[in-house]
Amino acid sequence: MIEKLDITLIVNGRERHARVEPRRLLADVLRHELGLKGTHIGCEHGVCGACTVLLDGRSARSCLHFAVAVDGAEITTVEGLGGGDELTPIQQAFHRNHALQCGYCTPGMLVTVQEFLAREPDPDDAAIRRALSNNICRCTGYANIVAAVREAARALREAGT
Amino acid sequence: MKPAPFAFAQPDDLAGLLLALGEHGEDARILAGGQSLVPLMNLRMVQPAMLISLNRVDALDFVDVEDDRIVIGARVRQAQAEEDEAVRRHCPLLADALSFVGGQSNRNRGTVCGSLAHGDPLGEPPAAALALDAEMRIVGPHGRRTVPASQFFLGALETVIAADEMLEAVAVERTRGDERSCFLEVGNRAHGFAVAGLALRLRFDAAGTVTLARVAMIGAGDTARRIAGAETALTGRALDEAAIAEAVAHARTEVDPPSDVHADAGHRRHVLGVLLDRGLRRLAEGDDA
Ligand code: FES
Ligand code: FES
Repeated sequence: MIEKLDITLIVNGRERHARVEPRRLLADVLRHELGLKGTHIGCEHGVCGACTVLLDGRSARSCLHFAVAVDGAEITTVEGLGGGDELTPIQQAFHRNHALQCGYCTPGMLVTVQEFLAREPDPDDAAIRRALSNNICRCTGYANIVAAVREAARALREAGT
Repeated sequence: MKPAPFAFAQPDDLAGLLLALGEHGEDARILAGGQSLVPLMNLRMVQPAMLISLNRVDALDFVDVEDDRIVIGARVRQAQAEEDEAVRRHCPLLADALSFVGGQSNRNRGTVCGSLAHGDPLGEPPAAALALDAEMRIVGPHGRRTVPASQFFLGALETVIAADEMLEAVAVERTRGDERSCFLEVGNRAHGFAVAGLALRLRFDAAGTVTLARVAMIGAGDTARRIAGAETALTGRALDEAAIAEAVAHARTEVDPPSDVHADAGHRRHVLGVLLDRGLRRLAEGDDA
C-alpha cells in the first residue's frame, strides 16, 4: 500500500490542505478533495484543455500534474478569476458573444485567455486563434470565442488593466 | 484514465536525486515538467513503481552562457528558455523550435531537458539539439559524462541515459555571426503532433560558400535525426538552385518516415522535402530566425 502524503495548496488565495496518494491528479484534488468543480476534465491526457488552471501564475493542465508534485503552489481556478459574483471583463465578453453553449470547455478557455491577454493585450485574430488552438470546444465552432476574446481585449485595454 | 499507483520522492538537491535513482533506478522515472510522462502514465502505457521529482532542486534551474555554448539546466521550462534573453540572443534556433512545442500551458511546465531525455520521435527539442551540435550533460552515481546529441537518441523514447542516470543539462552551440538558422514545421493542428519538422543551421564564409550544414528532421525516422546526405550536398559550395535541389533530393531518399494516425510515410517524405526547400530558400534570402 502506498502511503498518502499531506499537501498544502494556495487555491484562489486560500490555504487548503489535503491528504492524497501520489497518483492523485491535481484536477481530481481540486474537484473532489476541495470541491471546486469548475475545473473540468475532458481527456485526462493533456489534449483538450478543459482542466487548465493557473499554476504559480502561468497556465497549466491540472490533469498533467500530480498534486504531491506541486505541493506549496499557488493555484487559480475558474472560481478564482472574478471577485465573488462579479464577472470579469473576459467572462462578460464570453457571455455577450455567446461564446459558450454547453460550457464544458469554458473554464479552460477563460483561464487560457486570462494568461494570453495579460501577455498580449492587443492580439490580432491569428494570434487569438493560435492561443486557443490547444483548447477543444465541441459546441461553438470557435468563431464566437474568437469574437469574445477580441472584445475582451478591447475592454481590458480601455479599462487600462 | 487514472495512473497506476506509484511511490513518490522529491529530494531538494542533486545528491538526493542520484541517491533515489541509484536505489530505484530500473523501476523509477524522473519527473520534470511531466508533459510527456504524465499523459503516458494516465493512459497506463507507462507504470513506473516510483517517481522522483526534480522540481525541488533549485540548482538545476539555470541558463548559463559559456564561451561558445548556452547551457540549460534540467529544471528550465520550455517557455522560460523560449523567453530567456540569452537564449534568444545567442541561440535563436532553440527559441524558435521551442515555440512549436505543445501549447502555452504545456510549455509553461514542460522542460527542455525533459523533452530531450524523453526522446519523443515527434518532439521539436531533439531536432534543435541535433542541429545545434548539443552536448548532453548526463550525471549518475559514477559522476558526469557528456554525449554529443548525434549519439544520444537511439530510437523512439530511447536514449543513452542509463537507469541510474539523468540529463543534468544540455549545452547547445552559440550562434555565430556567420550563421543562419530556422525551424519549420507542419502539423495537422497548430500545437498538435508534428507531421514533419526541420531544424536547419548553415554557416557561410565571406564568399557565400556554405562551410557547415546541419539538417535535422523530425518525422523522418523513429527518432529526430540528421540527414547526412543533405548536409554533404550543401557543404563546400554556394547555396544556389542546384545545391537546394540536390539537398532536397538527398533528403527525400534518406528519410525513413513512420506512418501513423497523423500522416503516412509517403506524405511525410514529400513534406520533409518541401520544408527543406523552403528553409534553404529562407536562409539564402537571409531571412533567418
Ligand atoms: S482533461 Fe486535462 S487537458 Fe483534457
Ligand atoms: S461550449 Fe460546449 S465544449 Fe465548448
